[in-house]
Amino acid sequence: MEAHAARERKRAGSWRHALESRRVLAPLLIAPAVVFMAVVVGVPFVWAIYLSFTDAIGGSLSGHWVGFDNFTAAWNDDNFRRALRNTLVFTLASQAIVVVGAAVLSNFLVRDFRGKWIVRFLVVLPWAAPVVLSTIAWLWLLDSLYSVVNWTLARLHLDNAIVSLLGATHIEEGAQVPLQWLGRPNLALLAITIVHAWRILPFAVVIFIAGRASIPTEVEDASKIDGATGLKKLWYVDVPLQLPIALVAVLFGIVFTAADFGVVYILTHGGPFNSTQVLPTWAYAIGIDSGSLGEGAAISLFLFPLLIVVSVAMLFFARRAQVS
Amino acid sequence: MTLRGRLTTYAVVVPFAIFLAFPFYFALVTMFKTNLDLANVEHSPYVYNDVEGHFHWDFWNYATTEHVRFLFEDTNYPRWLLNTLVVGAAVVGITLLLALPAGYALARLAGGWGQSAGIAIFLVYLVPPTLLFLPLSRLITQLDLKDSLWSLILIYPSFTVPFATWLLMGFFKTIPQELEDAALIDGASRLKAFFLIILPISLPGILTAVIFAFSLCVNEFIYAFTFISTSEQRTVSAGIPNDLIRGDVFFWQSLMAAVLIPTIPLALLYNAFLDRFIKGFTGGAFR
Repeated sequence: MEAHAARERKRAGSWRHALESRRVLAPLLIAPAVVFMAVVVGVPFVWAIYLSFTDAIGGSLSGHWVGFDNFTAAWNDDNFRRALRNTLVFTLASQAIVVVGAAVLSNFLVRDFRGKWIVRFLVVLPWAAPVVLSTIAWLWLLDSLYSVVNWTLARLHLDNAIVSLLGATHIEEGAQVPLQWLGRPNLALLAITIVHAWRILPFAVVIFIAGRASIPTEVEDASKIDGATGLKKLWYVDVPLQLPIALVAVLFGIVFTAADFGVVYILTHGGPFNSTQVLPTWAYAIGIDSGSLGEGAAISLFLFPLLIVVSVAMLFFARRAQVS
Repeated sequence: MTLRGRLTTYAVVVPFAIFLAFPFYFALVTMFKTNLDLANVEHSPYVYNDVEGHFHWDFWNYATTEHVRFLFEDTNYPRWLLNTLVVGAAVVGITLLLALPAGYALARLAGGWGQSAGIAIFLVYLVPPTLLFLPLSRLITQLDLKDSLWSLILIYPSFTVPFATWLLMGFFKTIPQELEDAALIDGASRLKAFFLIILPISLPGILTAVIFAFSLCVNEFIYAFTFISTSEQRTVSAGIPNDLIRGDVFFWQSLMAAVLIPTIPLALLYNAFLDRFIKGFTGGAFR
């Protein structure tokens, strides 16, 4: 009896001891989160890869092995190629706007000025608003009949300038109609790019400001002593120091623009005539609407190489930032 | 700052603020517009007008709340708000349960490999729902969870857990190690030190993780859109575009009210917790 009790005590003691050791406790605390993510992200991810090699249709979870047929079928479809091109165009164009905008705006937002809090509140709004909801507000801004953008352009007598600039058809069957921002391919491409830039910009601004704040004041002083001013200072001091953290904002923007479904789906449904489809909306159209689960999965997997590139870049810069 | 410096600042900052906030100002004007005022293309869309299209300074007499009332009395909107709150609260609970221990362990116990593991977990956050929604939608049907809020409660932590783990790891790193060491020397166990010392100090950080994880749930669209097809079970992000936009008939005033109502409290919370968010978000990698 006594020996048993002692053994119990000893076991309890070693348990407690084990819980105190980092080597045991750390994996124990991390494991639940990792297991959960493996189940809800890892499994569907592997499954998506499997499905893309089968002829699975809606309503089933498996199908017959068809090799690369889904990928070649997708690739040979003009709509797919347009979706791929649009994904790249929207992503690169909107992020270019974001980088320039965020660099300029963050430069001024770090200054002290009266009314800064209200400016900050307004600037952060597009980030705080649920993206689908703010996109509905844009849908109203760009309405085919009541667009406030057109109303304003017309009052400023700029509507004809926009028409000739963008080569958009303004006259239809002899009657003048408002600019169809979401009804003409080139205008819709522009509108979607702007909405993406608009919604990512606040996040980038906030991250850029954090990057600026992370530069030690000693650097500022040293560059002043060494006589680095203006463009020279910008190029040799500010840019290299802010680059890693600014890149994080850009990589984020790339992922969240390229993989976004809501903006295009709400604004145009991929139309007119599939001219604004992107990979996620096209995957939805094929995988859910047409029920070709396998091909839909193959289409969405075309996002994967992009993610790899972004992830590797992210790891690289995170490591470099740590070293410096 | 010199006068010139101040003027340049305003000249840059104000146009940006107008561009970024304009859709929300316009939504605010639209939600109280009368049908006659809205439908007349000659009327200024920026303000409220009388039947002739003239603006008056007592503009509230030319506006109406009937469309906001319609939204709350004749649509499922209140139900969607409630669903969103329920899903958000449940997901935040699950998220904290998984991310708090993981974030703490990565910041404090894991040593050298903690940083790499943290980044690896963060990369999971970058795996987009648009890549996973097809197999997941089939899986949800097989589990008999279609049209149930449980499907969202089960799947949403797939992005909130990696996000919150990263954020919390960043917060825990900012807490001085000495505080914990002192408690350990005094004979407290690690778990006790965590609950009595670390947790109370990190409360602002945890609250930040709660708010941003909740807002990710409100934002989510493609899962809510594919998993749930009955109107009563939708969340706001899926309900508004699905059920309030019918064919060519747009109830613009009600729609704009539906857009603004969740946005305003979220915007206030974002502003209140923005600095903390940045600290945690960048603290994980750039220390």
